[in-house]
Amino acid sequence: MQRYSIVSLARNALTGHRNWPQAWRSPEPRPEYDIVIIGAGGHGLGTAYYLAKEHGITNVAVIEKGWLGGGNTGRNTTIIRSNYLYDESAAIYDHSVRLWEGLSAELNYNVMFSQRGVMMLAHNTHDVQVLKRHIHANRLNGVDNEWLTPEAAQAFCPPLSIDRHARYPVVGAALQRRGGTARHDAVAWGYARGADARGVDIIQNCPVTGIRREGDRVVGVETAKGFIAARRVGVVTAGSTPVVMGMAGVRMPLESYPLQALVSEPVKPVFPCVVMSNSVHAYISQSDKGELVIGAGTDQYVSYSQRGGIQILEHTLEAILELFPMFSRMAMLRQWGGIVDVTPDRSPIIGKTPVEGLFVNCGWGTGGFKATTGSAHVFAHTLATGEPHKINAPFTLDRFRTGRLIDEAAAAAVAH
Amino acid sequence: MLLIDCPHCGPRAEIEFRCGGEAHIARPASPEETSDAAWRDYLYLRRSPKGLHLERWNHIHGCQRWFNVARDTVSDEILAVYPMGSPPPDLGRT
Ligand SMILES: Cc1cc2nc3c(=O)[nH]c(=O)nc-3n(C[C@H](O)[C@H](O)[C@H](O)COP(=O)(O)OP(=O)(O)OC[C@H]3O[C@@H](n4cnc5c(N)ncnc54)[C@H](O)[C@@H]3O)c2cc1C
Ligand SMILES: [Zn+2]
Repeated sequence: MQRYSIVSLARNALTGHRNWPQAWRSPEPRPEYDIVIIGAGGHGLGTAYYLAKEHGITNVAVIEKGWLGGGNTGRNTTIIRSNYLYDESAAIYDHSVRLWEGLSAELNYNVMFSQRGVMMLAHNTHDVQVLKRHIHANRLNGVDNEWLTPEAAQAFCPPLSIDRHARYPVVGAALQRRGGTARHDAVAWGYARGADARGVDIIQNCPVTGIRREGDRVVGVETAKGFIAARRVGVVTAGSTPVVMGMAGVRMPLESYPLQALVSEPVKPVFPCVVMSNSVHAYISQSDKGELVIGAGTDQYVSYSQRGGIQILEHTLEAILELFPMFSRMAMLRQWGGIVDVTPDRSPIIGKTPVEGLFVNCGWGTGGFKATTGSAHVFAHTLATGEPHKINAPFTLDRFRTGRLIDEAAAAAVAH
Repeated sequence: MLLIDCPHCGPRAEIEFRCGGEAHIARPASPEETSDAAWRDYLYLRRSPKGLHLERWNHIHGCQRWFNVARDTVSDEILAVYPMGSPPPDLGRT
């Protein structure tokens, strides 16, 4: 792996940047691996990276039906925060934020992590109570989060309208200063490059079409390039997880829905932070390229169409314009959808399945980009040792039988 | 946005409707004797198929009545609308 540095940049500039080596190989699959990971999104690639780096397991393949990072990793609005209500959630999301803080240096790849602050707005008494409850719970868990008056919120984000006569007046806000955004593609590319350099095979354009079992044990996967044997298999396929786990005969507490986002034309820096409003359902930030990045809600029905309804966008843009009237003349450039796998309690499932050797990391739904780092890190531990890390131990599949849910759905109504 | 043919009111825009999720899930008949695993199956396990999906809809901003819909989750095409309590129509596919 060629390290990126000011020296390598200067040297390659001399030859017109034509001689950069490829960032990763495109190998043919071997007949057998210790561990096969299905899905080359950020979570799957990160898992492979930490398996190689922290556990010395390099006989690993990541098998991807399309191109790496082309799923939700490449389609999300990149909001990163850890101010979730419950202890279990705070632990995994803050573990993730701490890993984000060192990730560019760790991977020798600029993931453009920017801790510009995530501000969540309150519009009514109920919001105030919910957000303050979060702030107190977060502080007890060592997660930063603070209450702002409307004036302080506007000072932090000048485009915000705090007009008291607005339809949804801003009556306060919760600010997590360590929250922010990162460059979605760079995370996938950085992990891919680091994993590949340590010997992991990333097999793109190769859909997994079946999961082969012998009795209660997994023995490998059927793919477009033939059967590949594996001692352990990790399913990390986000919206496709109900389908992929179905290949192993395992039914999941998941439903897959389209979730949309859109970006505006690029403009000069106007928007300094990330603002979210759960009540009016809008969230917005500005990318380093200058585009406003706006996230909408999910459709109300199960779908794999990767599109999403127009009324969902309209609803979000109405809310954005209520809060930020100055954007009313902005042209929107692109809109797209991803398919998000949603659990009943809106918390992920990371761990064992009823099939021995088959592990799953899914259910991140509308909000798993922020956890790419921590999820990958603890899932690598799980695949390497066969047992969960203490951080993912509560996020079992079995919790839907025992009733020990981690109900961020009730805590937040929506979460990104 | 879907165009949904309410059996009582005719074709209307999706914004008039609320999706009630997967259809044909029966509540366990004798709750006291139902195991935790059976409760999980009833409460939480869903098919979420890529293809034919049978689901309930309510015309919440119209006649407020429930009915079933068979829809393809890849194209979003509505294949059939049929009453609550009826078995799914034979669409020649699974
Ligand atoms: C519009 C939108 C906005 C979002 N905004 C945010 C946000 O602001 N903050 C946040 O934290 N999260 C957000 N999310 C959620 C976040 O994107 C996801 O939780 C996260 O990226 C999931 O990562 P992943 O690696 O698990 O999945 P993915 O990146 O989807 O990777 C899964 C991979 O599996 C592959 N795959 C599927 N089936 C097969 C098969 N049969 N064989 C081989 N490969 C297969 C897919 O092609 C895909 O590449 C958003 C999502 C969307 C869609
Ligand atoms: Zn009707």
